[in-house]
Parts: sequence; structure tokens; C-alpha cells
Amino acid sequence: METLIQQVVNGLVIGSVYALIALGYTMVYGILGLINFAHGDVLMVGALTALQTMLFLMGVAPGMSPVVMLTIALMVAIPVCMMIGFTMERLAYRRLRNAPRLAPLITAIGMSFLLQTLAMILWGRNYHTFPQLISTTPMQPIEGVFVTPVQIFIVVASALIMIGLTLLVNKTRMGRAMRATAENHRVASLMGVDTNAVIAFTFVIGAALAAVAGVMYASNYGIAHYGMGFMPGLKAFTAAVLGGIGNMGGAMLGGILLGLVESLGAGYIEHLTFGFLNSSYQDIFAFIILGLVLIFKPTGLLGERVSDRA
Amino acid sequence: MKKTIVALAVMGLGFTGAHAQEMVVKIGNVAPLTGTIAHLGKDNENGARLAVEEANAKGVTIGGKKVKFELVGEDDQADPRTGTTVAQRLVDAGVKGVVGHLNSGTTIPASRIYDQGGIPMISPSATNPKLTQQGYKGVFRTIANDVQQGSVLGKFMVADLGAKKVAIIDDRTAYGQGLADETEKAAKAGGAQIVAREFTTDKATDFNAILTKIRATAPDVIFFGGMDAQAGPMLRQLKQLGISAKFLTGDGGCSPEMIKLGGEALSSSAYCSMAGLPLDKMPGGADFRERYKKRFNTDVQIYSPYAYDATNAFINAMEKAGSVEAAKYLPELKKISFPGVTGNVAFDDKGDIKEGSVTLYQFKDGNWVAM
Repeated sequence: METLIQQVVNGLVIGSVYALIALGYTMVYGILGLINFAHGDVLMVGALTALQTMLFLMGVAPGMSPVVMLTIALMVAIPVCMMIGFTMERLAYRRLRNAPRLAPLITAIGMSFLLQTLAMILWGRNYHTFPQLISTTPMQPIEGVFVTPVQIFIVVASALIMIGLTLLVNKTRMGRAMRATAENHRVASLMGVDTNAVIAFTFVIGAALAAVAGVMYASNYGIAHYGMGFMPGLKAFTAAVLGGIGNMGGAMLGGILLGLVESLGAGYIEHLTFGFLNSSYQDIFAFIILGLVLIFKPTGLLGERVSDRA
Repeated sequence: MKKTIVALAVMGLGFTGAHAQEMVVKIGNVAPLTGTIAHLGKDNENGARLAVEEANAKGVTIGGKKVKFELVGEDDQADPRTGTTVAQRLVDAGVKGVVGHLNSGTTIPASRIYDQGGIPMISPSATNPKLTQQGYKGVFRTIANDVQQGSVLGKFMVADLGAKKVAIIDDRTAYGQGLADETEKAAKAGGAQIVAREFTTDKATDFNAILTKIRATAPDVIFFGGMDAQAGPMLRQLKQLGISAKFLTGDGGCSPEMIKLGGEALSSSAYCSMAGLPLDKMPGGADFRERYKKRFNTDVQIYSPYAYDATNAFINAMEKAGSVEAAKYLPELKKISFPGVTGNVAFDDKGDIKEGSVTLYQFKDGNWVAM
């Protein structure tokens, strides 16, 4: 029983991170119909920037409290990622907004390589130890189930951010402009919405989320690396599609669901298939679920309509 | 346009002019220079580069001609398919020998390409036994293979760590799987019970799911066949899940990088094994460390001394044969014997290093200490 609960905990933690990243994918897709493959790498830049900041702070003020240090690191990483998001949109994607769909997609892949290579030059090829400022000493809320404070932080912070983002999109003027642009950006601009600003804003918010997710991811595993964004990026993209790409609730649901499926899949696939499949099929299990969902519900779990751009 | 052509022609002449006095001999090096184990790949390349640069500085004459060695570095991204592509590229580029690849998974498919191209290869780090069992004439390695390493590991966990229940994880690469299989065999032979056999990939960072599953089987020892990039985070997650089993891994996790990545999770219940000897115990280890540090301004990771010796094996064989052509120097390479950094370099009939030794390490006072 404690094994099952532990697997659910594992799934929830990684799922929360997937959900945060998936939000960035889905928001951009919802508005532009563009899959921003560089999103995972923005996460990486966020984590490495935070790492650099922490190392700097540890050098100048060794006695600083961990919470303050983490907050400062986030306060540096978020704007840096926002700037990257803004620059990417302004320099690369905006010029291609009316180009055939393949052009921005390929550009996004190019952006991903560019960011990775730049990070490789700046931070080197080696793995870096990421200071685990939030304790990783496990606690046992239930006998036999181990949870660390950093995992609690990840789940709580993700939940808060998702609530905040939902409020932003549904209750604010900017949110309304975002929804209008997503619906039809030409009509929205005729109605006086500055769609360029809205699109830039979306990229910037997505990048900020990626920065936070990157810091969480690195804090949880204690490592950072120039290629660290690839896998979570891919998984989060899967989560976004699973939930219905373009739909924010779907991204959150998809993320959590993917985390749970992965975790429970790896844990129980052997029993479920009577030893025929083992944990080396962990990823396949997640993609089988994705395949099934897409066969029976091509728009994803919460996707409402296939937009004409999709 | 015309001007460019003229300029190119002049440049071309310039090149041939410079090269006319000495014969340029290309030696290939393949390792993953990007991706999750790029740090190990660069280390291998540095080892080969150091050997080439030292040979050039010393001045080598082969068959009466002054020779300048040139290292052609290729990146196989630790990917078997890319590995064969770059292998073909090296064959086409006319390299005279190849040092590489790093991973068993890339080396085995690439060895076929080199065999067809008639180019000998020496891997400094591919330990999977299959590599030298394919019957190719020009395939060598300067490191002990996994049959040797796995049997030492398996015996060690039963006899020295007193393991009765063992959980085994591998990263599904030719290296990780091969080592894990050999270790499993030896542990079973020693009387231990394998309570879990789990799998991950060489790109994963999250092992919570499989570790949770393993925790339920309460093993005494957990063995991981894979690289440091996974072993480090895995060890942290073990601790976070409250697992107190001893942790054992092969040479892929026996690096300074592992100490960084494992951080506080490393304790005296972490062990690793290394094909060959520790850098300090290598005959030329201390000196190599200094020369390496001076040239590249970074520390030796794992295999660079083996890459260095592999490169020198080529250079020595070419010198002895008085030719840089594979057909001529291969017989010399087969019977070569010279004192390298890692020990005496000599190959058996299959191409495996003779007297390949395996050393076990325990984590103590912030470092891997040879047992």
C-alpha cells in the first residue's frame, strides 16, 4: 500500500512540473498555433541562470538564508527567461507569423539548438550540482511514504501559479485580450487589441513559467545541465497534447496525468502485463495512453474544437 | 566571383605547399561531444589529442618520412546511428586508424564500418564483451571488458558486502546492460537472490518510480549499470525515498563527476568499480594528470589515459612497421607491447587488452578510495 501511495506522490511531483511547462506550450499554441520547441530550453536557461546567481550569492554573502537566496535566484532567472522569450518572439517568430506553418516550426527547433549550444558554451558540457536550498531530507507523513520539503514546495507552488494564471486569463483585461487573440487575431486587432503586444506577453509569461519550472526541476534532482530541458520539454509537450493543446486546463490535467501514468506505469507495468513488459517500457506506456486518447478524442482530453490552424 | 575563385586557388596552393615537406597522417577520434555524457567524450578526445600533440612535438619519422599526426575528432552523440554515420565519414576522410568510440552501443555497430573500410580501431572505453567477439581483425581495446568487471562486482557484493538480496538496474545501453548481466550472473553464482531487475535510459533524471518499486523488495545492495549522469541523481533519490541499501556501480559511475552529482547522498555505503587501475596507481598516472591539466586546464575524468595509450599504440605500431597503411602496420599492432600510462599495452588474439585489471572503490572522505 505504501508503495502505491509513494508512486502517486512521485507522479504528482513530476506531474506538477510537467503541468507548469505544458502551460507554456499550450498558451503559445492557443494564440499562435505554433509549437515552441525551444520552450524546454528556456527552462534550462532558467535553471542555469538561477544556479549562477546562487553561486555568486554564496561567494559574496555566504551566510544568507536559503529562502532569501532562492527567492533572489528566481528573481534573476525569471526576468532573464522573460527576455529570452520576448527576444525569440520578436526576432524569429514574429517575422514568420504569416509564413507557411512549417517555417516557424523549424525555426523553433533551430531556436532550441541555438539556446542549447549557447548554454553549452557558457556553462560547459559538464553537469552542475544545483544547490538544494530547500531541504531534501525525507519526512514520513504516513509510515513508509517518504516526502521531501522540496517536493511539497513544488506541488504547492505549481498549484498556486496555476490558480494565478487561470485568474489572469479569465479575470483581467490582458487575459481577455489573450482570449480574443486566440480566437481570431485579425478580428481581435480590428477590435483594437494590440495583438503584437498580447503575443509578446504570452511568450513572456510562458518563459517565466519555464524559469520557475526549471528551478523546481533542478532543485528536486540537484543537477543542472545544458541538455536538461529536452526531456521535460518533450514530456510536457506530450502532456499538453494529452490534455488538448491550446487549452490551459488541459495542460494542467495532462501534466499531472502524465506524471501519474509514468510513475504508476513504471511501478506496475510488470504486474499488469504478467512480466511481459518491464520498466524499460516506462515511456512507451505513457505514449500508449497518449495514442489511445488521441484515437478516441483527437482534440485531447479537454480540447473543445480543432482550430482551423491545427 | 572570379576573385573568390582565384583566392581559393591560391589558398589551395598554399596548403599543398605547406604539406609537401611532411606527411600528414590523420587519426580519427570518436566520442560523444554533445549530449548527456559530453564531459566524458571530451575527456577521451583530450587524451587522444595529448598523445598526438606530444608525438608531433617530439617529431616522428615513419619509413624515412617526417610525419605530422592530425586528430580528426567526430561527435557520435552516444547514438548508435550517428556512430555509424561518423564512422563512414572517417573512412571516407582517409584516417589511418580510429580511437573510439566511447560507448559500447556505438562502438559495436561502428566496428563493422571500420572493418569494411580496412581501418583498425582501438576503443579506450567500450567494455562490452561482444565488441571483440565479432571476429574482426582490426578491433582492439585498451580497457578490461565487462566479463572481467562484472564477475569482480558480483563476487564483491556477495563476499564482501554480504548481500543476500540484490536489486539490479541498467540503462539499456550495450554497456549498462552488458555489465548488469555479467554482474547478475556472478551474484547469482555466489548465492545471492536477484529481487528486482529494473530499467531506465541514458537520458533519464527521474528514477523515483523504479526505486519505489525496488524499495518494496528490501534489497541489501542496489547495483546500477550505467553512467555517472544517471548514477548521481539516482543516489540522491535513493536517499530521499529512505532506502538504506548499499549502492554499487561500474566504471561509468566511478568518476569525479559522480562525486559532484551525488553530493551529500554519497556515503561510505557507495561503491564503484573501475576497469584498470586508479590514475594514481597507473605507472604514468601522476605525470599524465599534470600534463593533461596543463594542456586542457581541466581534470581527467575517466578514460582519457586509455585514449592516450590507444593513440600511442597506433603511433608505435606505425613506427615499427615503417608504414601508415593499415595492411602494413596491423601485424605490428597485434603484437605490440609498450609501457603506456595505464600499464603495459599489449593485446590478446581477440584484441582485448592483456592483463586488464579491475579495481574496486569505496566512497570515503569526499573521494573514491581504492579498496
